[in-house]
Amino acid sequence: MTHTRVLIIGSGPAGLTAAIYTGRAQLHPLVIEGEPSSTTDQPGGQLMLTTDIENFPGFPEALTGPELMARMREQAVRFGAELRTTKVQRLDTTTRPFRAWLTGDEEPSVSADTVILATGAKSLMMNVPGEERLLSHGLSTCATCDGFFFRGHDIAVVGGGDSALEEALFLTRFATSVTVVHRRDALRASKIMQERAFANDKITFAWNSQVLEVLGDDRVSGLRLRDTHSGEERVLDVTGVFVAIGHVPNTALVQDDLDLEEKGYVRTGLGSYTSIDGLFAAGDVQDHVYRQAVTSAGSGCVAAIDAERWLEAQGL
Amino acid sequence: MSDKITTLTDATFDEVVRSSDKPLLVDFWAEWCGPCKMIAPILEELADEQAERFVIGKLDVDSNVATATKYSVMSIPTLLLFKDGEVVARLVGAKPKGALLQEITANL
Repeated sequence: MTHTRVLIIGSGPAGLTAAIYTGRAQLHPLVIEGEPSSTTDQPGGQLMLTTDIENFPGFPEALTGPELMARMREQAVRFGAELRTTKVQRLDTTTRPFRAWLTGDEEPSVSADTVILATGAKSLMMNVPGEERLLSHGLSTCATCDGFFFRGHDIAVVGGGDSALEEALFLTRFATSVTVVHRRDALRASKIMQERAFANDKITFAWNSQVLEVLGDDRVSGLRLRDTHSGEERVLDVTGVFVAIGHVPNTALVQDDLDLEEKGYVRTGLGSYTSIDGLFAAGDVQDHVYRQAVTSAGSGCVAAIDAERWLEAQGL
Repeated sequence: MSDKITTLTDATFDEVVRSSDKPLLVDFWAEWCGPCKMIAPILEELADEQAERFVIGKLDVDSNVATATKYSVMSIPTLLLFKDGEVVARLVGAKPKGALLQEITANL
């Protein structure tokens, strides 16, 4: 069994910033960064599926999400963090030190004085007929991965937030037209993203539209929509659908033990303290409001400082 | 890149698939695809460790659209396993090494 003073679960901006800070504090953190996947639940987190980051302070020229994460990772390694590309499958929060089972473990293989939970959030699916069957046959959750295959197609993006508009704008590079399907009559997205989307000739909006079904046999041929006001149904002819309707926090490891908010996010009190002594939470797993790379990194720093002081107070 | 991995193109694809005497796993990838980059080192390892059981080829979809279209690849990474010139398995999305190997060997 490996013992570590600080176990960091997750390797998005929160986890890696916590690693940089606890590394510089000579705590030799162990980061379990996650396993390769094509969803946001992967090493590097949600930013691995984004294109240009224009709002991370200190980078006046945009850089890509994967580039930013590669830099943070390098910085964490530089200060002595150990990173392992595997996943925590089970966490025992009832013992001290905490105990963790990694992929393939029959017995716990890591013990930790403190845990910083930075497992992030993953994309929500629509849960409508046809969605699962047509995933990767014209339906996608990753515009940067799959946009290329929709050159010359008419496609739809479902959602009304910043990520939906970011995907829609990115997809105009390939698609003939992009229809943003949103169930309300106004967007949640930031002003600047809205202005860019409204100014783009290829983007149109289907307002007050609820998706009832993804149509198509072996590949997407359309979306069946219902007008939320009139109740009228219609078919939108598209051959590609990108889903960007929001996120759920990745709390599977702790949901039975930890005090969660109504929406399922980890409740943090002052700073990054949770209902479990010695377990701190940072990033999107405890934040459904701001959800930015920079706020996530900031909360990773908070968790690192909290963990460091907690260790000191415990005499560990 | 491991010297055991063959770089495939639209021009060479059919011939390589046809003439392979071992099952051939083809990785459809692109430079701009994050999840593709994540499984690249796993495929390197598999190419070395599993050389007796199957061989691996890579096709950059950016410059080889015809082959990607022919096999209806609409999401990457996609791994196609060819046996005797036929597709016997289709794996879509990045996965950990153990899971990938399991799905591949189940279809060998």
